[in-house]
Amino acid sequence: MGEIATTGNKGKGVRSDCFVTLELTGQGGIQLQVESKVAVMYGDSIRRETYEILEFFGIQHANVKIEDSGALSLVIAARLEAAIKKLITTNKDWLPLMLEENRYTTAKDRNRFSRLYLPGNSPSLMINAGIHKPDGIILDLEDAVAPDKKDEARFLVRNALCGIDFYGAERMVRINQGERGIEDLNYIIPYNVNLILLPKCENPEQLKAVDENIRKIQQEHNQTNQVWIMPIIESALGVMNAYPIAACSANTVALAIGLEDYTADLGTKRTAEGIESFFARSWVVNAARAAGIQPIDSVFSDVGDMEGLRQNVLRSKALGFDGMGCIHPRQIVVIHETFAPTPEEIEKAKKIVFAFHKAQEQGLGVVALGTKMIDPPVVKRAVNTINLALKMNKLAENWRETYA
Amino acid sequence: MLKFDKLVTNAAGRLVPTMVNGKPAVPYMGVGKYKPEGFRAAPRLSTCADYPADGNKVIPSLKEALIKAGLCDGMTISTHHHFRNGDLVATQIFDIAHELGIKNLMWYPSASFPCHEPMTKYLEDGTINRIEGSMNGALGRFTSEGKMKGLGVLRSHGGRYQAVQDGEVHIDIAVIAAPTADPFGDANGVNGTAACGPLGFALADSQYADKVIVVTDNLIPFPCLPWQINGNYVDFVVVLDKIGIPEKIVSGTTEITKSPDRLLLAEWSAKFCDEAGLIYDGFSFQAGAGGTALSIGIYFSEILRTRGWKARFARGGSNKYLVKMLEEGLVEYILDGQTFDLEGVRSMRDNPHHTWTSPFTSYNYHSKGNFSSMVDIVILGATEVDVNFNANVVTHSDGYLLHGIGGWQNTLFGKCVILPIPLFRDRMPVIRDEVTTICGPGDLIDVIVTERGIAINPLRTDLIEKMKNSSLPIKTIGELKAEAEKICGVPAKPKFTDEVVAVVKWVDGTVLDSIWKVDVE
Repeated sequence: MGEIATTGNKGKGVRSDCFVTLELTGQGGIQLQVESKVAVMYGDSIRRETYEILEFFGIQHANVKIEDSGALSLVIAARLEAAIKKLITTNKDWLPLMLEENRYTTAKDRNRFSRLYLPGNSPSLMINAGIHKPDGIILDLEDAVAPDKKDEARFLVRNALCGIDFYGAERMVRINQGERGIEDLNYIIPYNVNLILLPKCENPEQLKAVDENIRKIQQEHNQTNQVWIMPIIESALGVMNAYPIAACSANTVALAIGLEDYTADLGTKRTAEGIESFFARSWVVNAARAAGIQPIDSVFSDVGDMEGLRQNVLRSKALGFDGMGCIHPRQIVVIHETFAPTPEEIEKAKKIVFAFHKAQEQGLGVVALGTKMIDPPVVKRAVNTINLALKMNKLAENWRETYA
Repeated sequence: MLKFDKLVTNAAGRLVPTMVNGKPAVPYMGVGKYKPEGFRAAPRLSTCADYPADGNKVIPSLKEALIKAGLCDGMTISTHHHFRNGDLVATQIFDIAHELGIKNLMWYPSASFPCHEPMTKYLEDGTINRIEGSMNGALGRFTSEGKMKGLGVLRSHGGRYQAVQDGEVHIDIAVIAAPTADPFGDANGVNGTAACGPLGFALADSQYADKVIVVTDNLIPFPCLPWQINGNYVDFVVVLDKIGIPEKIVSGTTEITKSPDRLLLAEWSAKFCDEAGLIYDGFSFQAGAGGTALSIGIYFSEILRTRGWKARFARGGSNKYLVKMLEEGLVEYILDGQTFDLEGVRSMRDNPHHTWTSPFTSYNYHSKGNFSSMVDIVILGATEVDVNFNANVVTHSDGYLLHGIGGWQNTLFGKCVILPIPLFRDRMPVIRDEVTTICGPGDLIDVIVTERGIAINPLRTDLIEKMKNSSLPIKTIGELKAEAEKICGVPAKPKFTDEVVAVVKWVDGTVLDSIWKVDVE
């Protein structure tokens, strides 16, 4: 009997995943058993790819069992590689093809209204995440993955970054805290991740360590693509250090707050109204704005309560946040619609921007609406509103031609 | 009796037999091409002299009724699926037949459900020779593995009515489970503990069968009103303790889907209808029972409410969501073939704007017209669609027969047929080069809505033109297929033997496709 490793998931309710049992035997060649709900369509290709991967890692004698509930090829490969690496030490990686459409980078000031959390060890939730058009998707290696599944999740997240099309969403990964988090970077940085979420950030040193390691890995791989960082403030100490954290690296684009852990740290409970976190939320908004980055709010966890979510977003927007996390695709539309400028806001912005252009055409130094002077920051805000409205199809590109 | 004979290629390009279970069969010729001649079949005449003058046709047991009806080898026995998975009657009939040593029966259900799995033992021991109707779940698997003695025949609801009317199928004994009945045999489905709504699937059987047995667990004194089934057609009435399990009668996919992917399909389907101008004041639609179809109703409601419009009528299975639309005034009439929950039953019973229909009024193709072609928007499902828009609802991509046709084929005659389906299920692409089984010709399927794009049938140049500047992701069906295969890989085809185990009939009675015995290694 050799050593046995198992990875993946099986059982009732498991979809688009597989469970791999690998036993190294030392003799007798490869004994492969595939049980698949798509055996008729993909049984042969699953067998072929399994042999290829085993050969790649130099495994000649093993009992392999794959219990497949319709996993994509890149999922089976991740499960198999994770099992192999539980048993042997190797510096080789079996990488799926990096899709051309996954090579994009993201701008510092892009919209970050919504970012959808996807548990890093659940392939079924990843495959269609992009079709719901969140501004960002988060492949989560931290809290959404059970402790004993954290190693195998790395391979799945890596393969997802290579082979799953998220249709233009900013590709984010939430790494673990501490040393494990630093190790996580090796599995994701080379595969065009756009942004790293750093959980439970309490001081700038933590962020700098991540930043430096990202640079190091990029140098090793001769890569120069921009990788942004979004620290998450989740403790009383983190709140107190919010500004130094926000301002310590040019790669930081946003500062997020995580309220479940924060309220626990305070010794209080999270409520719908959020009075207990009012200070922290305002403080984080202030720190982010002071550092010139985006303040991002916590998730709203009742996925069935769309009206509650809408109220929450309205409060969030009023406090100055630029976006929030979501844990269910149906929250995305509500978050976008509510963060988006209202028709009244757009009307007002149109008036101001139109007056601004008119003043410019006439060579006037000051912008006026009727007898009222308009300050430059007001114009700037109005321009932002218009840009946002254009981006969200709430305003026609040529609106000024018909505006009177 | 020969199951099937030589195979010919029909107009859909499929190999089909020209004889089915010893009777000649016409290969499919194309949509609207086959025109029947001759006359309606007629049941044997009866006389009042042979029936009790006091109108009391009650017989003490189902067994006695079956014996009195002349149950013997080789007969055709019909049942109906208005109790869906809560049916307690159909299996009892064959328990009795088995007990009496009867062989070679043909079971002619309007549909089968998982609760009918016990029938496999009667198919094995020869009590039942074959099923003509639908073979779902375990029965489908049994059929696909070539274990059924006779050849299975799959018909649509309309096709079933037409087969009886045309005399293609002669029913010897019809057993009609009725939630409420009187001793004369008048019956309805809107009252009683097993209330299920309409009994329309049993209409043809009551009119054309030699012997008709009504089975109820709620016998009331004459008259039983409304009489959806007329006692004048009925020979015997049997009272049982319980004929159905209420919570399984009104169950199934009658809740709005919570799946974000399916909600997206529903939202895009509704948006498509709106942008293509298919929704207007006075339009009509077919509402399905699936979670996605139900959600489309919610989006339709929003559109109608905003514009102050109404749908003139909605077709199909009713449920609480459709009833809500009726009661809110967003829909003027429900023409209901099958009721999916108790709200639907209540509405049908109490609201004159909610009426029951039968396959005769809605779907019968050999008639002077039917409702199905009047419907503006028809939303349906499918297991597979091919690049020519042909669709499959009965087999899966692994080759196994798992579902019946239901009213699916019949509703294809609606003015715009839309299939909201996921581009792939787990790893199974839905769009194929060729469907495993053709159930609906591509000429009648207009739009495929998937979560990664919407394909319009090239034949619908009008829709393509209307959607030219749409914000929705309009793609070709080839592009969608390529997209699925890029994600899932190219699927292999199932392996079949050269043995036909069942045929799929088209709505006009011609043979559209064959279902083959799977090659189990």
